[in-house]
Amino acid sequence: MSVLVYVEQAEGKFKKSVFEAVSYAKAIADQQSTNLTAISIGNVAEEELKELGKYGASKILNVSVDQLKTFVNQAYASVIASAAEKESADIVVLSNSFSGKGLAPRIAVKLKAGLADGAVGLPKIDGSKFEVKKTAFSGKAFAITELTSANKIIALNPNAFGVKENHTDVVIENFAADIKQSDLGTVIKDIVRATDKISLPDAELVVSAGRGLKGPENWGMIEELANLLGAATACSKPVSDADWRPHSEHVGQTGISISPNLYIAIGISGAIQHLAGVSSSKVIVVINKDPEAPFFKVADYGIVGDAFEVIPKLIEALKAHKA
Amino acid sequence: MKILVCISNVPDTTTKITFTNDNTEFNTAGVQYIVNPYDEIALSRAIELTEGGKGTVTVINVGEASNDPTIRKALAIGADDAVRVNALPRDAYFVAKQIAAYAKDKDFDIILTGRESIDYNGNQVAAMVGEFLDIPSVSIIKKLETDGTSSTVEREIEGGKEVLTVTGKFIASCAEGVAEPKIPNMRGIMSARTKPLNIIEAVSIEEVTKVIKFETPAPRGAVKLIPADQTEQLIGLLHSEAKVI
Repeated sequence: MSVLVYVEQAEGKFKKSVFEAVSYAKAIADQQSTNLTAISIGNVAEEELKELGKYGASKILNVSVDQLKTFVNQAYASVIASAAEKESADIVVLSNSFSGKGLAPRIAVKLKAGLADGAVGLPKIDGSKFEVKKTAFSGKAFAITELTSANKIIALNPNAFGVKENHTDVVIENFAADIKQSDLGTVIKDIVRATDKISLPDAELVVSAGRGLKGPENWGMIEELANLLGAATACSKPVSDADWRPHSEHVGQTGISISPNLYIAIGISGAIQHLAGVSSSKVIVVINKDPEAPFFKVADYGIVGDAFEVIPKLIEALKAHKA
Repeated sequence: MKILVCISNVPDTTTKITFTNDNTEFNTAGVQYIVNPYDEIALSRAIELTEGGKGTVTVINVGEASNDPTIRKALAIGADDAVRVNALPRDAYFVAKQIAAYAKDKDFDIILTGRESIDYNGNQVAAMVGEFLDIPSVSIIKKLETDGTSSTVEREIEGGKEVLTVTGKFIASCAEGVAEPKIPNMRGIMSARTKPLNIIEAVSIEEVTKVIKFETPAPRGAVKLIPADQTEQLIGLLHSEAKVI
């Protein structure tokens, strides 16, 4: 019995959400009095792999073959499942990232395992009962889900657990993956990454704006504020529907759900569908000229005022604070 | 080209979510049900790809007879026929197994789902069906082009996108961008009544998950209002009180 965590790399590097998944998996391994093994697929340098020891991984299985240099959903799932079998790992942890969402269900079927995705806390283990709290109804509720199968898969939501250091001596082993040709059905033609921007699902701070901004030409101040804070930008549904901002920035029930430490909503009234996607943010700031805007009811801090007057002042105040 | 679209019956997006029976059951009183919005995007793209005699679209739902109005809505949007697996959709694993069991010998070129259902937010069914059928799966796509044998899809990744090609059968879960949701017209609504809706029985599969109970997020304290001309006060509070900047 052991715990296996999949550590997703992007261009040979691990992101904060990976260290968070490792920290979380280590806490589960401690609950179970067992060791934590990590599996990395793709070309990651030894130096970077060793970083995982900081968060509690004691063994790293490294799969470094050309065919799997970039993400192939089916093949990666096969490799992770076979690693779980070889390590006798009955719990597999992944980050609930875009790739994690594609992998976890396939691994679950391979291992006949129950899957809790969008997990927001450590499992509660009571005898043979294994319960995980996960998001449901798009952030409007949580479901306490029991994984009743012998094998269990958990996909952790970003920012739900936090990164926790736990220095452990780490051994790196090459893992010989047996790759089936039929697992290589998808071929990546192109990867486009905006390297100058903070990715929204992982962001700790988010600045979001809505129809109150009146038009896409007014996003300059939103981006300036976000840059000063080191925050990602987001928007409401009407804004992405009108093509003022890309769909990838749309947060809410039919967009993406996020749980940053700080969510600043500017010129967004706070329709129930929007709130669903952001309600698990730790601190919410609402700036709106309508004092009756429903968003104020779920905010921690609010400013009633015109965004076009408040935001430039906020930018000034932030510059002064940083100076 | 034959496309199968998996649809889920979910509470309308404006639903206030409450629970009954000691928080173990979703309170369905007064709730309006709709086709899961992401599934509607998948269905709309499937219809676009098969329009003008280029193919057929079948929708499949796992659920009880109370789901039939939602399935008829999908037929009104433009699906050619529908299948309902007559069973309570226990969890994604169960649902995926039912869809895979149905699709196994039907020779669908493409199977589409929405990126997730807005009730359990799983995004599990597509990849699970892919695994049960041993075909490629692509999760959370934003674009889909196909000639029936070779397809190009765009997949969302953190801070960007990936463009992939897939040859042969595959399953994908669709997000915004794949298509504009179609609204049923009067002819569609009329014809939906007579389109085939076949009811089939479920296959058995082991239980792997069980929802024990639900919780609602803890309410926040009252909002602290800051005068519009004192933005520095907000920065101060975020720094020293909330400790987020």
